[in-house]
Amino acid sequence: MSTVDAVEISGLKKIFNAGKPSQVDALVDIDLTIAPGEFVSLIGPSGCGKSTLLRLIANLTDPSAGEVRVNGKPAKQARLDQDYGMAFQQAGLFDWRTVSKNIELPLELKGWDRAKRRARAQEMLELVKLPEFAQHMPWQLSGGMQQRIAIARALAAHPPLLLMDEPFGALDEMTREHMQAELLRICAETHTTVVFVTHSIPEAVYLSTKVVVMSPRPGRITEIIDVPLGGGRNDDTREDAVFYSKITEVREALRGIEAGLAVARGIEDR
Amino acid sequence: MSAVTTLVPRRQRAWYRRSRRSLMFVLAIVLVATLWEGYKLVGPQDGGQLFGWKVLPRAKDRVMPHISDILSRFSDPINRGSDETVFSVVLKGVWFSLRLVLAGFGMGLVAGVLLAVVMCRLRIAERAILPYLVISQTVPLIALAPLVVSWGGKLQLFGWEWPRWLSASVLGAFLTFFPIAVGTLRGLQSPSASSLELMDSYAAPWRRTLFTLRFPSAVPFMVPALKLGAAGSVIGVVVSEISTGLRGGIGRLVIEFGRATTSDPAIVYTAVLGAAFLGLVMAGMVSLAEIVVMRNRPKEVEA
Repeated sequence: MSTVDAVEISGLKKIFNAGKPSQVDALVDIDLTIAPGEFVSLIGPSGCGKSTLLRLIANLTDPSAGEVRVNGKPAKQARLDQDYGMAFQQAGLFDWRTVSKNIELPLELKGWDRAKRRARAQEMLELVKLPEFAQHMPWQLSGGMQQRIAIARALAAHPPLLLMDEPFGALDEMTREHMQAELLRICAETHTTVVFVTHSIPEAVYLSTKVVVMSPRPGRITEIIDVPLGGGRNDDTREDAVFYSKITEVREALRGIEAGLAVARGIEDR
Repeated sequence: MSAVTTLVPRRQRAWYRRSRRSLMFVLAIVLVATLWEGYKLVGPQDGGQLFGWKVLPRAKDRVMPHISDILSRFSDPINRGSDETVFSVVLKGVWFSLRLVLAGFGMGLVAGVLLAVVMCRLRIAERAILPYLVISQTVPLIALAPLVVSWGGKLQLFGWEWPRWLSASVLGAFLTFFPIAVGTLRGLQSPSASSLELMDSYAAPWRRTLFTLRFPSAVPFMVPALKLGAAGSVIGVVVSEISTGLRGGIGRLVIEFGRATTSDPAIVYTAVLGAAFLGLVMAGMVSLAEIVVMRNRPKEVEA
């Protein structure tokens, strides 16, 4: 493992519609460092800027101030080098491509030759345990299977960093828990660092080494909670006392935010 | 696994749909023929009035010949003493027009797709161009036809003379490009924000995103647009042939045969059927293309 931080954010600020009456301080004073191999969840009420933060790390939008470094490079260079893979709430597979061709997409853009792409796609399908579906069309698969293909696509180029925006948000509870376990196994096998946006407290605690709690107006980080559940988490982890106490801790952190917002609203109302 | 089994019923459903569609097509022809002959049976011979309006067409053989007469006219010689049958004359006319239609369709397709790409690339272009496209379609073709046709033989570009037939094709293209431009633009803009962000995350340049994501996403939108465009190119070419009297095409035959109606009532309908056949050929070609490009796709988007 390299000693370079996977993600390094300092003094980050993102302001939409600056100077206009509709100005929104989406993110202010964000400092966050993520070490290689960490699994970091971003959680908070809607409007806290967690998705915006993910997009800033991905360099899909530019910061108003401050700096984002990925793998020791400026975020833009990291994007150009495909140093990260990305997965969204919608699997977003291309309907007109076979499953295999979908996984090959990032490799095509890197200019890999066909045989090498094929081989890697098959390898990724083994990783997500869908090896027999290479020649299927995405719409022939269930939602959970599609999401696994999307993860395979995100990891196809073996990026050191995986950015996920509520990837399991559209799945049912059973599928969701299964996918969480699969994701942990895949990340452990591939030594991938993950930044994971979610609405679900148990999901954040179960998956993460660190839960970043965020609050809105302006969007900022209010608390960073370490989750010392260790590696090798499984279904028993969900019954663990530490698991429950950490859920409570995150929930209280989020309640504190809600209470603060209620007070702020009360003042505004008067 | 359920994912595997869904494949088979889908294909079967598609076949079922297709065979039902062709059955409906045959039924529609039978229905029209029945209505035609039925009206001839009960309709007034010299036309009639309905609530004081002279709307009922004359049912006599001079105006509405029997379908059997129309069909048998195809195999008769075109003139007394001529070796050529009506069928071969109509077929030649259809072939002549088909080439103009294809040229017009091709030009309209290229123009429409290019316009859509420009409008997709530049928001400002969409706002600047789209209203003019809509206005362009309100200009009546009949008014435009003589103008464009007058270029024939007069216009010279770098020693190349504008042929007369090209005017008819251009008018076909004029009706073709609009639905294609609008449909393609909608399709190019159809990918979700996350799909576009995905391409961004690969640092894909705009052109790459256009061909890898936007065009494939546009296909289901382009299919119905091409159907409208194909119909437009047929109408454009036939109407400009009729209104300018361009020789050789099915439009010209409609006028020529029309003059012979009094002595030969069935012959005009052979030209009309020829024109309808021309439309069917174009529709058939687009449908074939649809089967090819839409295989392995979930289903057609309603446009």
